Amino acid sequence: MGPRTLSKVRGRSDSGVMTPRIVILGGGTGGTATANRLRRRLAPGDAEIVVVDADDRHVYQPGLLLVPFGLATPASLVRSRRDQLAPGVEFRESEVDRVDAARSTVLLAGGDELDYDLLVVATGATLAPEETDGLCGPGWMDSVGTFYSLEGASALAGALARFEGGRLVVNVVDMPIKCPVAPLEFCFLADWFFEQRGIREGVHITYATPLDGAFTKPLAARALAGLLEDKGIELVTEFNTGEVHGDEGRMVAFDGRELAFDLAAVVPLHAGAAFVGRSEGLGDDFGFVTVDPHTLRSTVSPKVFALGDAADVPTSKAGSVAHFEAEVLVENLCLALRGAAPSASFDGHTNCFIETGHHKALLIDFNYDTEPRPGRFPARLGLPLLKESRLNHLGKQLFELAYWHALLPGHDLPGISSPMPTRGKRMATPS
Amino acid sequence: MTAATIAGHEVLVNDEGFFTDPTQWTEDMAPELARSAGIEELTERHWVVLRFMRDEYFAKGTGPTVRLLGKSSGVPIKELYELFPGGPAKTAAKIAGIPKPRGCI
Repeated sequence: MGPRTLSKVRGRSDSGVMTPRIVILGGGTGGTATANRLRRRLAPGDAEIVVVDADDRHVYQPGLLLVPFGLATPASLVRSRRDQLAPGVEFRESEVDRVDAARSTVLLAGGDELDYDLLVVATGATLAPEETDGLCGPGWMDSVGTFYSLEGASALAGALARFEGGRLVVNVVDMPIKCPVAPLEFCFLADWFFEQRGIREGVHITYATPLDGAFTKPLAARALAGLLEDKGIELVTEFNTGEVHGDEGRMVAFDGRELAFDLAAVVPLHAGAAFVGRSEGLGDDFGFVTVDPHTLRSTVSPKVFALGDAADVPTSKAGSVAHFEAEVLVENLCLALRGAAPSASFDGHTNCFIETGHHKALLIDFNYDTEPRPGRFPARLGLPLLKESRLNHLGKQLFELAYWHALLPGHDLPGISSPMPTRGKRMATPS
Repeated sequence: MTAATIAGHEVLVNDEGFFTDPTQWTEDMAPELARSAGIEELTERHWVVLRFMRDEYFAKGTGPTVRLLGKSSGVPIKELYELFPGGPAKTAAKIAGIPKPRGCI
């Protein structure tokens, strides 16, 4: 079958009016939740919903952290993208060449065109290890690994199982990255892993970050730096990685500082999907889509929206953000479909479990205006915030079920919704 | 927030020395701010970076990160570290009179 323009086969309602089409690029956390929520809100005649993704492999990304320590298998994290979509949502497996916002059309890799009335970019972030000198050179996926991909997490599992002692460096090359707490969790889990293997005393663990503390938000940074110290993990701050030499076991910062390692777990630079860079005006210098941080509408095209890791909003790139954004985005898409201005507003709500080993975890909850604070989530009788507990670890484990069965289908989780709750938090007293 | 006198002008800075109101900054303040940061003389290359910092701030509401500077200012990262020892994004923000770059989380 030759190239075809899907718009030509678009359905018409009884009155002969073309059914509006909402195209969602990306069938990950944000795209899937948005598609399913929209499908429930809109009758078939109200809109066609098409999800486009380059493959049919939906990876449960929070699980990647567990693979290197043998706490999850790669295969257990992958399901079909198509199977997560509600009936009535069309799935199209294709690479995207670019978006032509002036013509309201997506150009697919094979030459097909997909025109849209509304477009959602939910293609997440990609890894760019090749942008750091030497990172992909000798030793890559051997003495230098990354747990930010399935392949990398599996390679690290092998390297950690063989590791008998020496220097482990966990390094973030530069922000922004997905799940900024994950490299800290990796440090905590490594500490526990080596302890269980009885070789912890022979392992020196270093966390090297480009930030000026363990984390950016002051209260959380203090709590997390305290945990690193308690576990005997060295914290190196403002380390902007310039070169990595896997074969020589050293990495060099732009300011000349060097760190020696026997094994390095590196979080490479992130960028948006490649097609964003090929789509004029759509993204910033790194390929993240520039949107209003509250309405999630593109700053250059009123028919374009973005959510999740793909969007350039000033909060963490995290699944919880995509989930909370989806609620707001669906409201705004429904408004836009009727020709009204998007008025639903995302507050930057972010919620992250931080695994600390020993069957415990910490929980942080914050938004654009409020940094992570102590207290309980979502209310006074909830999970403890900014504090290690077994309950939080259990919460993180149960979350995987909630992810596949509630979050992706677009159901509301009881007591947890888009606006950040303040009921259980000890808020700042005005000074 | 405290008041500071720079090149004879009174301005507001935070406890880390970053301007809280970038419109209070004028070019004649840069040499003195640079000396406080340990940079004796501002060259044309320094100014390329300082102007980029301010353009980015007024366009996007936050100063650029080192990575963005390296990608888009026309000055490679290695040279940025030579021009602004320690931390180019923070030091250049201080001299350019803009708040500390947010650094996305």
